[in-house]
Amino acid sequence: MLKDITLGQYFPGKSAVHRLDPRVKLLALIVYIVALFMAGGAVSYAIATAFVVAAIAISGIKPKLILKSLKAIIFIVLFTAVLNMLYTPGDVLFSVWIIRITKQGIYNGFGMGLRVILLVTASALLTYTTSPMALTDGLESLLSPLKKLRIPVHEFAMMMTIALRFIPTLIEETDKIMSAQKARGADFESGNIIKRAKALIPVLIPLFVSSFRRADELATAMECRLYHGGSNRTRLNVLRYGRLDGIGALVIAMVCAAVIVVSKVFGL
Amino acid sequence: MIKAEKVIFEYPVQENEEAREVLHGIDLHVKKGEFVALLGHNGSGKSTFAKLLNGILVPTGGKVLIDGIPTDDEDRLFDVRKRAGMVFQNPDNQIVATVVEEDVAFACENMGLPSQEIRRRVDNALEAVGMSEFKLHAPHMLSGGQKQRVAIAGVLAMEPDVIILDEPTAMLDPKGRQEVMNAITTLNREKGMTIVLITHHMDEACRADRVVVMHGGSIVTDDVPARVFSQVEKMHRLSLGVPQTVELMYELNEGLDLTRLSVEDCAAEIEKYLAKGEDK
Ligand SMILES: Nc1ncnc2c1ncn2[C@@H]1O[C@H](COP(=O)(O)OP(=O)(O)OP(=O)(O)O)[C@@H](O)[C@H]1O
Ligand SMILES: [Mg+2]
Repeated sequence: MLKDITLGQYFPGKSAVHRLDPRVKLLALIVYIVALFMAGGAVSYAIATAFVVAAIAISGIKPKLILKSLKAIIFIVLFTAVLNMLYTPGDVLFSVWIIRITKQGIYNGFGMGLRVILLVTASALLTYTTSPMALTDGLESLLSPLKKLRIPVHEFAMMMTIALRFIPTLIEETDKIMSAQKARGADFESGNIIKRAKALIPVLIPLFVSSFRRADELATAMECRLYHGGSNRTRLNVLRYGRLDGIGALVIAMVCAAVIVVSKVFGL
Repeated sequence: MIKAEKVIFEYPVQENEEAREVLHGIDLHVKKGEFVALLGHNGSGKSTFAKLLNGILVPTGGKVLIDGIPTDDEDRLFDVRKRAGMVFQNPDNQIVATVVEEDVAFACENMGLPSQEIRRRVDNALEAVGMSEFKLHAPHMLSGGQKQRVAIAGVLAMEPDVIILDEPTAMLDPKGRQEVMNAITTLNREKGMTIVLITHHMDEACRADRVVVMHGGSIVTDDVPARVFSQVEKMHRLSLGVPQTVELMYELNEGLDLTRLSVEDCAAEIEKYLAKGEDK
């Protein structure tokens, strides 16, 4: 049952979007989000939307998957949209009781909703097309200047890798413990939330204990394999920027620049 | 290769507890290319001794030398660990990365080798344990035996002089055990790798050149498998079994040659005996 959870939601592929360096993708996402929040007019929104749609098309990720990730945030989208609609002052279109809907309100509401949708879509596309390992490597490499400020970037990346490595193992173990408890009459499915949460305690405690044992053994095994933190460490697969990354970065920069210029200079 | 001289060890304890010596003066020399099996019942100190061999623990008395390097020299700890690789019981708890080849590369990455050299070593190590085709798999999708072979490859990639394995097959099914034992035997026979194998399975110990038996923190027997296992009563007294072949011939109690350990030899011995019976 628990095994069905797909982690990081990575869907392997060979498209240009997949092959792009994770660092380029991460930076692109940041720049894109900035541009998104600077967009103001219909034309700039259109460019931003077209860009994400094109990226999805190139990646070969099924639109159905993207829609699925959007379903989870539908409430947030509506909430932001409605809130913006209600609280923007301007030319009143109509008013009922204390609620006043303004022209600007409707415009802002749609704008905010669209921004959130695009933001989530773009982030989903990143995790769908980048393996967790590549993502971690990319983050470590991008953040490595922070090492000079004594921020333990390598250690965080290592933590992330180990977490990713052990999540399936722990899920498997949880499954096993739950089966063992069920065989002895434990009931995880009926009762209210509190009752069900209580039923999980006998599952979580052994899981916790065994995690500590695992951590201890893993630490010894890592020591045996000469682990000594991030200094003087090399990598098997070194991230290297290629031609594709140059092209990708250029395209993304152009699109984001276009969005910002169109909205800020031309006000469209 | 490995030289343990009068090794004494006690675990550090809390103040009000009494320190208990776990190892009482162990002497052991392992030569290059040797395959040594280490037996002993639970709590006899095998794992403790193994951890002393690559500086995870340091002896409280005596000395352990790997290739002449003392394990208690902190400046040379890396040199010791590079030479003496260690594989543990639970394969899940020694795999670090989310991709097989990245995991095998872990030790080399820590050594700071250039990436072409890491690539060469990783490919060789995976080849040596027959796991090349799984290079890009996620470790949690592999069987126990496959995981354990990945763990062995991860140690092999350091290009150590000796590999110490602490009950590497204890958590595996018979098929996985067979895979891992074949990998270990091949490493020893074909690559001349020195092996120290801790095990509770007597049939695994039979594959070694030499069997060392520990009891209560001391070495009580050190000989070739045939001679160790033919002393059935002594083994039973140490709460240890003997291979099924020897057990069978011993139980028959007809003066059969107990040094004939392998299944084929045992069958031949019994056949010879039966033929003699028919003659009468
Ligand atoms: N971390 C520790 N702290 C204190 N005492 C320990 C520790 N680990 C082991 N011991 C004690 O040391 C003795 C030897 O343990 P060791 O694990 O070396 O035995 P072993 O031969 O490997 O047994 P097994 O066959 O069960 O693996 C035991 O009496 C044990 O209780
Ligand atoms: Mg042990």
